[in-house]
Amino acid sequence: MRKSIPSLRGPAIVLAVLAFVFLMAPEFYTNHSVLLTMMTFMGLAQGLNLLYGFTGYLPFGYVGFFGTGAYATSLLVTFTGLPILVCVLGGGLAAALIALILGPLLRLSGAYFSIANLAASQIIYFIVANEDLKSITGGPYGIKIEQVYAPHASYLTMLALLLVVTALAAYFRLSRFGLGLKAMNQDPVSAAFAGVNVVRERLIVWLVSAAMAGMIGGTYAWDLSVFYPSAVFTLQISVFAIVFALFGGVGTVIGPLLGAAVLYMLYDGIGVSAPQYFELIYGALIVGLVLFLPNGLMSLLTRRRINVL
Amino acid sequence: MALLEYAIIGGILYGIFFSLVAIGLNLIFGVMRIINLAHGQFVMLGGFGAYLVTSSLGLNPIFGVPLAVLGGIAIGYPLYYGVVPRLQRSRDPEMLSFILFFGVAQMIEAVMTLLFGVDERSLPGEALGSGNFGVLGQQFPDSWWVAVAVSLLCIGGLWLYFSRTRLGYATRAIIANREEALATGINVNRVSAIAFIIGLSLAGIAGVFVPYLVGSISPSDGSDLTTTSFAIIIIGSLGNPLGTVVGGLVFGVGTMLMQTFYPSWSNLVPYVLLVLIVLVRPSGLLGKAVRNA
Repeated sequence: MRKSIPSLRGPAIVLAVLAFVFLMAPEFYTNHSVLLTMMTFMGLAQGLNLLYGFTGYLPFGYVGFFGTGAYATSLLVTFTGLPILVCVLGGGLAAALIALILGPLLRLSGAYFSIANLAASQIIYFIVANEDLKSITGGPYGIKIEQVYAPHASYLTMLALLLVVTALAAYFRLSRFGLGLKAMNQDPVSAAFAGVNVVRERLIVWLVSAAMAGMIGGTYAWDLSVFYPSAVFTLQISVFAIVFALFGGVGTVIGPLLGAAVLYMLYDGIGVSAPQYFELIYGALIVGLVLFLPNGLMSLLTRRRINVL
Repeated sequence: MALLEYAIIGGILYGIFFSLVAIGLNLIFGVMRIINLAHGQFVMLGGFGAYLVTSSLGLNPIFGVPLAVLGGIAIGYPLYYGVVPRLQRSRDPEMLSFILFFGVAQMIEAVMTLLFGVDERSLPGEALGSGNFGVLGQQFPDSWWVAVAVSLLCIGGLWLYFSRTRLGYATRAIIANREEALATGINVNRVSAIAFIIGLSLAGIAGVFVPYLVGSISPSDGSDLTTTSFAIIIIGSLGNPLGTVVGGLVFGVGTMLMQTFYPSWSNLVPYVLLVLIVLVRPSGLLGKAVRNA
C-alpha cells in the first residue's frame, strides 16, 4: 500500500518555491507587467502540459480558451457587475463550455486535432472581433474594464492560478489517474482493456486544461483592463505556451515552468526590442529540440536516471 | 442574379488557384506522412520571389515561376535530407514533423521580416494584362485568368507525372503503401525527396500569384495560407493530391459567396469548413474510395 500513496514532498517544495519567488519578486523587480506576463505564460505552458504532456493531444488553438476566458470575464464585469473573482471563475467556466462543445475534436488524432483546434480558436476570435457584434464585445475596438483594475489583487490571483495548475500537473504525474492517462497515451486500446475509461478521462483533462487557460485569460484581462481582441487571441500565445512547455520538457511538472521562465526572460531581454531575432531563435530552438532533444531540458536529467518531478 | 453568378464563377476561379496553393502540402503529406507546417511560408517566399523579380530586375512577375522552381530545389533538397529521414525514424513522425516545421515556419518568417520589414507588398497590376476577360457576362481581371491557367497547367502536369512517368508510378506506390514500395525495390528516399521538392516548388509558384488574387503579400501572411491550405486538403482528401481540387473549389465558391453576401463573416469560411468537415467526415469529401482506386 505504501507505493500507492506517493510522496507529497516534491510537489510541496515546487509549490513553496514558486510562491516564495513570486511573492518576493516585486520587492526586487518593480516591473509589474513583466512578472505578471511571466506567470501568465508559466501557467499557460503548464496548462498546455496537462493536455499535451499527459494525453499527447497538442492544442494549437489553446489561445482560444485564453481569449474566451478574457472576454467572458470582461463581459461578466461589464454586464453583471459581480465580484471580480466570480467573473474570473466565469471565464474559466466559459472556456470549459467551449471545450465541451469542441469535445468531439478529441476523436481526431495527432495533427488533425491540432489543426482543427487551431481553426476553432480562429473562429472564436473572428466572432468576438466581428464588427457586427460591436455593441456586445466591442468588436475590433476592444473592451474596457478599468473599474475593477487592481494590479496587486490580479497579481496574487495569477499566482494562485499558477499554483493550482502546477498542483494539478503534480497530481497527474503522481496519481493513479495520471498513470491511466499515461497508459492511454501510449496505447489507448490496451488502456481501455485495463479498465481505464479512456473517453471520460481524456475529456476531463481537456476540460480542466481549458478551464485553467480561461481563468488565466480572465485574470490577464483583469490586469490589462483595456485591451483589443488581437491582444488575447494572437496565435503567438499558443505558440509561446507550446514552445515554452516543449523546451522545458512536457509530461513533467518542473519542465514547463522552467522552460517558460527561462525563455520568457530571454524574450523580455531581446524579444521586445527585436522580436524577429527572438522569433528566429525560437524557430531554430524548436527545430533543434525536435531533432536532438524531443523531451526537453528535463530529459537531460531523466536520461541520467535522475528522477525529477 | 448577376451577383450570384459573379460569386460562383469567381469562386471557381479562386478555387482552382487555391487548389494550387494547397496541393504541395497534400503531396508532401501523401508521400512522406509528414506535415509541412511551413507550407504557407513557402507560398509567401514565392510571392517575394516575384516581388524581387519585378522590383529589382524589372522583369515580368511570371518569371517568378521558374525562380520558384529553382528555390524549391535549392531549399527542398537540403531541407529534405537534413530532417525528413530523421523524422521518419522517430516515434511519431506526424506530430514531430508538425512541430519541427512550425519552427521552420517561424525562422522563415523572421528572416523575411528582417529582410523586407512588415509592410504589405504588391506587384505591378498591369504586368499580367490590364484588361478584364469575361465569361457568361462576368468580368474578371486578366491576372486572375493567368493565375488560373498556370494552376491548371501545374495540376495537369502533376497528373501527367503521376500517370505517365516511372517516377510518378513510384510516387503513387509510396502513397499507397510505403513499406511495400520499399520492399519492391523503389528508392523511397529519392522519390520522396523529389516529391518534397515538387511540393515546395508548387507552393512557390502559387505564391507568385498570391499578390494578385489576395491583393498583397507580407512576411506574416504565411500562417494564414497554411491554415487555408490545410482546410482545403482536408475538405478534399488528405493524402490524395488530386483530390485537393475538390477542396479548392468548395473553399473558393464558399468564400466568394460569403464575400458577396455576408462580407464581414467571410474570413470564417475556411475555418468553419475545416472544423465541420473534420468532424463529419474525417477522411474528406472524396474519402477513402478514391484514395484506394
